[in-house]
Amino acid sequence: MTSRIHKFEIVVVGAGPAGLAAACLAAENGQRVGVLDDTPWLGGQIWRGEQHKAAQPGAQQWIKRFRRSGATLLDQTSVIASLRPGELMAEHPSGARKIYFQKLILATGARELLLPFPGWTLPGVMAAGGLQSLAKHGWPVAGKKVVVVGTGPLLLAVADGLKKYGAQVVSTAEQAPLSRVAGFGLKLLAHPGKILQGIGIKSRLMGVPQRFGVWPVRAEGDDQVRSITLTDGRKTWTEECDLLACSFNLVPNVELPLTLNCELRDGFVRVDEWQAASAENIFCAGEPTGIGGADCALVEGQIAGLAAVGRKEQAKPLFAARSKWHQFRAAMLAAFALRPELRRLAADDTIFCRCEDVTFGRVKQFSTWRDMKLQTRCGMGACQGRTCGAAAQVVLGRAMESVRPPVLPARISSLMAISSD
Amino acid sequence: MEARNMADSVQLRVNGRLIAVPAGTVLAAAIAVAGVKQFRRSVSGQPRTPVCGMGVCMECCVTINGQSRQRSCQTLCEPGMEVQTDD
Amino acid sequence: MNKSFDIIIVGAGIVGAACAAACARGGLKVLVVERGHIGGGVTAAGMGHIVVMDDSEAQFSLTHYSRTLWQELRPQLPDDVEFDPCGTLWVAADDEEMTEVRRKEKFYSERGVRVEVLDSKGVAKAEPNLRSGLAGGLRVLDDAVVYPPCAARFLIEQAQQHGAEFRGGVEVQSLLAEGGVQLRDGSRISAGHSVNAAGACSPALSPGLPVRKRKGHLVITDRHPGYVHHQIIELGYLKSAHSISKDSVAFNIQPRKTGQVLIGSSRQFDAEDAGVEQQILERMLHRAAEYLPSIGNLSATRVWTGHRPTTPDKLPLIGPSSGSDRIWLATGHEGLGITTSTGTGQMLADLLLGKTTAIPAAPYAPARLANGGAQHG
Repeated sequence: MTSRIHKFEIVVVGAGPAGLAAACLAAENGQRVGVLDDTPWLGGQIWRGEQHKAAQPGAQQWIKRFRRSGATLLDQTSVIASLRPGELMAEHPSGARKIYFQKLILATGARELLLPFPGWTLPGVMAAGGLQSLAKHGWPVAGKKVVVVGTGPLLLAVADGLKKYGAQVVSTAEQAPLSRVAGFGLKLLAHPGKILQGIGIKSRLMGVPQRFGVWPVRAEGDDQVRSITLTDGRKTWTEECDLLACSFNLVPNVELPLTLNCELRDGFVRVDEWQAASAENIFCAGEPTGIGGADCALVEGQIAGLAAVGRKEQAKPLFAARSKWHQFRAAMLAAFALRPELRRLAADDTIFCRCEDVTFGRVKQFSTWRDMKLQTRCGMGACQGRTCGAAAQVVLGRAMESVRPPVLPARISSLMAISSD
Repeated sequence: MEARNMADSVQLRVNGRLIAVPAGTVLAAAIAVAGVKQFRRSVSGQPRTPVCGMGVCMECCVTINGQSRQRSCQTLCEPGMEVQTDD
Repeated sequence: MNKSFDIIIVGAGIVGAACAAACARGGLKVLVVERGHIGGGVTAAGMGHIVVMDDSEAQFSLTHYSRTLWQELRPQLPDDVEFDPCGTLWVAADDEEMTEVRRKEKFYSERGVRVEVLDSKGVAKAEPNLRSGLAGGLRVLDDAVVYPPCAARFLIEQAQQHGAEFRGGVEVQSLLAEGGVQLRDGSRISAGHSVNAAGACSPALSPGLPVRKRKGHLVITDRHPGYVHHQIIELGYLKSAHSISKDSVAFNIQPRKTGQVLIGSSRQFDAEDAGVEQQILERMLHRAAEYLPSIGNLSATRVWTGHRPTTPDKLPLIGPSSGSDRIWLATGHEGLGITTSTGTGQMLADLLLGKTTAIPAAPYAPARLANGGAQHG
């Protein structure tokens, strides 16, 4: 019988690289640490599957270290709300949880930005990283024709990963022009780990056309996607596929930080040099503070873990590494900036909000996110605006103004379950 | 999937049909392997299948052991699971 | 550019929108100003129940009249207003509450409202998810549900079709005793009259107005079509809703046309903060679970709060303020603003145009209350 009420000195939300690093450092310094994660596995989305099948030495090292650290993992435990200071309401498949903390470290990660274009709701059109994660856990890709479109280093990593699972990768289409990506490649020289990763990928992707300055126009199909029409701005052509993997950069998961009154700056959680957020006793590390990748998240997580337990002196030596990753982060942002054409992909009859089936033609009539939501139901469905809200920000420049509890859809019983007094 | 688990298989029921998958298979994958073409029927009747693969988009939601709206991409297959999609 | 208007309505909630529609239909030159969005304030926070009430003759009269006006509008309502003639089911937990069912039946029947008394079995048949063993209930057949933000937008559009003008994102600083308004940016818009339809914010424009904020919580679920079929309210609601001193919760649940279920309700005075309060939320949901034992399995997508604009005698303020006959009020509708918006708008328009109102206007006249007029100038 699992306990329904947990008390920790430090609670970490998210068991990806940032969360694991934070938890290790805090627990190794003698604090009672609890780590909550949505999923049944360790490592977050980026290290998904590492727990069972080692692929990345860095991941293995941290997962082992975490297991020795003394921190407690509460897996499949989704935070749904925090309505009182020092207290989280959470949901586990077996019921409600209440978790008390003195200090909270938010390592909620990021999700892929999905941009609406005609046909993007067809079965088989998937987020690139999502498809790769599912493939690691048995999603059938062997023998399937896959086109990978979008932007960023993730495209090649996904193409490589899918090939490993037996997919036939037809081509990759990077929306950024080669000139910009090549510039980014030079900057990689300062980051040896990334280079090795790059070389490994390249050898496996021999023979797969890698196009630059190319982006999707529309997907077509019947009961599932059959083809994708691509363009380089001058000509358009169509490629057949059974799966279309899309990735247009990452968006930070800031819903929980927002409900905890953490201030944002340019869409990311604002933190100081100790990774402390604006709200008292709350720290934040990894992607919610800026999309920097797993290595950046590891450094930030360690700093957050040390700062949360008052070992600031020990954290200081990590600042140099963090600055290096922040330079990498900035270079990546510039290299893979989205071209303006991607904001104009949706047609008036393209579904914009997938949960409520609201078309782009409907939502574009309203000038703010709230008005859009109230008048068209865009963002009112089960994903709570995570997909269409991020798209509205990019396509229409309309930012979500607030987040309401629960942070994730939750059973009514989880909202009424445990009265602590 | 861990090597020692490869031999272990998990039996579960998807839309009434008994299937067996290797231990460690995520439920969304098991449903796809079972040949289900539609996880969720959208508000306007379109077929939908998993998109984000990380528990965000809710397109993979199915009924698990009678509890509706569960994210199949964040759930591992367990023996005896009863799964119902909108098919 | 300074056009002159017959009337400037401040607030594009459901009440301001209905006033605009009625005034414009009556031939007045109308401007509606709203600091946020159409139907974006307490209108968006409310349930959207169109219900005939019997707390007092005046309340009955206004709710009944308003419901009739909603039914007249029904053929014109676009789909997104989600008009659903689901009716109201008042449930009685015990014999004492059954006595109340019979009193209500008599009251409504005598006044031409279609109702049906249900016994224990009848309630179970009407709403199979309700717990067994309830004493019975009263079904009010012609009550309905709408989606308020789109209903407000529809009314504003109707006003626009009759020549009214709408300006969003405009914040009013004060109402001018000589007519018209002064904006936050210092500019003025002149008009014959202004109408304070700012709901819970109306005292800011009419200082001293006896309108207090009464906080409520609501929970909405994912789509669970057919879980409930009527707006269901416990008769104990009356006891708790009447208590104006302390925090209270009551079972009040609504099926949305989308299949979603809206779960209420709570009432709190002196709770200015808009945050969701865990204790109230838990109490409210526990109360709902007493009536619907399986409700815990539904998936909740959002919880929010809103502030009802409440008056001391629970009747809205409709008509000229006592301070200035150029400044009118259409506020203080508490939890019944969606229902009573249509009646309020028509009454206000009739009064402004010097016409006879369909129901007596005196019970809602601001002058009935000591500070009903508030101080303007």
